[in-house]
Amino acid sequence: MATINKNAAQINSMVVSNKRVGQYHQLIINVGDNADACKPGNFVAINVGGESSRMILRRAFAISRVSTNPTFGGTIELIVAPHGQGSKWLCAQNEGASLDLIAPLGTAFGIPTQPVPVLLVGGGYGSAPLFGLAEVLNSRGCRVDMLLGASTASKIYAPMEGKRAVNSLRIYTEDGSMGQIGRVTDPIPELIADLNIAVIYSCGPMAMLSAINSITHNTQVVHQCAVEESMACGVGICMTCVLPVANENGDISMLRSCIDGPVMDGSTVQWDKVGKTL
Amino acid sequence: MSSLDFSTTLGNAWFPSPIFTASGCASSGRELAQFFPLHDLGAVVTKSVMSKARNGRPTPRMAETPSGMLNSIGLQGPGIDAFIAKDIPYLVSQKARIIVSIAGETVEEYSTLARKLRSVSGISAVEVNISCPNVENRGLVFACDPEASRRVIDGVRRTLGGELPIIAKLSPDVTDLVSIAKGVVDAGADALALINTVLGMVINLDTLRPHLGGKTGGLSGPAIRPIAVRAVYQVHDAMPKIPILGMGGISSGRDALEIIAAGASGVSIGTASFGNPTALIKIQDELKDLLIAKGFTSLRDAVGYAHRASEEE
Repeated sequence: MATINKNAAQINSMVVSNKRVGQYHQLIINVGDNADACKPGNFVAINVGGESSRMILRRAFAISRVSTNPTFGGTIELIVAPHGQGSKWLCAQNEGASLDLIAPLGTAFGIPTQPVPVLLVGGGYGSAPLFGLAEVLNSRGCRVDMLLGASTASKIYAPMEGKRAVNSLRIYTEDGSMGQIGRVTDPIPELIADLNIAVIYSCGPMAMLSAINSITHNTQVVHQCAVEESMACGVGICMTCVLPVANENGDISMLRSCIDGPVMDGSTVQWDKVGKTL
Repeated sequence: MSSLDFSTTLGNAWFPSPIFTASGCASSGRELAQFFPLHDLGAVVTKSVMSKARNGRPTPRMAETPSGMLNSIGLQGPGIDAFIAKDIPYLVSQKARIIVSIAGETVEEYSTLARKLRSVSGISAVEVNISCPNVENRGLVFACDPEASRRVIDGVRRTLGGELPIIAKLSPDVTDLVSIAKGVVDAGADALALINTVLGMVINLDTLRPHLGGKTGGLSGPAIRPIAVRAVYQVHDAMPKIPILGMGGISSGRDALEIIAAGASGVSIGTASFGNPTALIKIQDELKDLLIAKGFTSLRDAVGYAHRASEEE
């Protein structure tokens, strides 16, 4: 049975900086020694709205990067889209604000033991955690190529410094306002063949993850995807963030994306049964 | 330092603290144990277990509402055999006191579950969650049907014998809660758990369809607290000797004292743990401090305090 991330701890953290990056906010948060246990793919659960808030549930955010700063100690970076009330509240927190935060939570991206060619595919701000992952993969000698996609240019998240760790970066928008016109999944079959891709890492909307899986299905390519399901708690007790996943025997059960995910083996997720009664 | 007797009883079961988890809000216990020792609580009330493993309802299973949330899980769980084999030994190893919650689709299923629990050691009490659809009666929820509620509790009582206390968990979605409460007490319940979630619905404005996969869901959180306080008050008024495990939106020591004063001998914390995994410990500490600050030397003196005539003070 899967268990909660053994390093998860509830801490009072501090916002070190909050910058607007296009349609998103980049928050740097001091989490002290907890940063050492945060890996690409892990997420945090943050209490939002303050003491008298009518928002009672924690909000989950993917950790996009981890660093150790001599001034602030361990910090994590979150890329947040101010869409709902909770994320708007978080994006309104200034430098010095304190946050009740649980980190790290969930599974991390698996890093290959051999330096194999890998492809990173991000949709919208789902690309954020891929840049931290690219740095780790690059440092292990993997050739890293990246595809980013969104409906329109303003929804692409691609920081300049993030490109250092990647061999190539291609951008696709559905309206053609940035990069090439089309879907981010369009070039994947060709890239798998040309670059001899061993692993695809993906993060973004469920429809994108599902589309990637239909490409890697019946191939040797491993698909590690970070799934997205709405969560009430982030720590495994509410049972709301479940997905249908098959085990080695083919038995399908509803697994929690906060405990058994967010990073899952895409070939085990029963994409056609998501949102259906088993 | 003031001394406070913080212990409580439900039937013949004794607990060092009145603060319990709420069924379905602590999973197997392993997750919360990452944040505090389960032994520090009054008891862990486990997720309602059924005879067979269940996958539950499709997603979306959750919608946040003002000061509350709707859930539609559909009693996903491992089934009673796996639960007894894996979850109970874990809780016992953590020295947690255990209240096992059971749920069934037929009167017979409840009795079968009770039979399996009879020989399991380490259990303090059995909570009978009767807020389930009765497949033998057009899916009418047992807890909304006084006769079906009685039959379930009667069957469990006969199967369990006299040892383990039975806590009947009732739904607030009824016209006459007191009559249902009296019925299950007559049938053999030693205590009552009040309240289960309140049935609700959210429409997704993008699709203009019900948001939850199960269409309707159970509303929990501070939004329902006044309903819980009212339910506990009314039932305690009618049956002051029957212990009540009170719950519904309790998220602070003040909230806990409110429902205790209304008549609860114990308090279950559910949704508050979703927002804060250490809520149980925070509430427990706050309640202790509050009781001491108000001059109580025993939790039991505060139970049902709101029913006293003002000249008794």
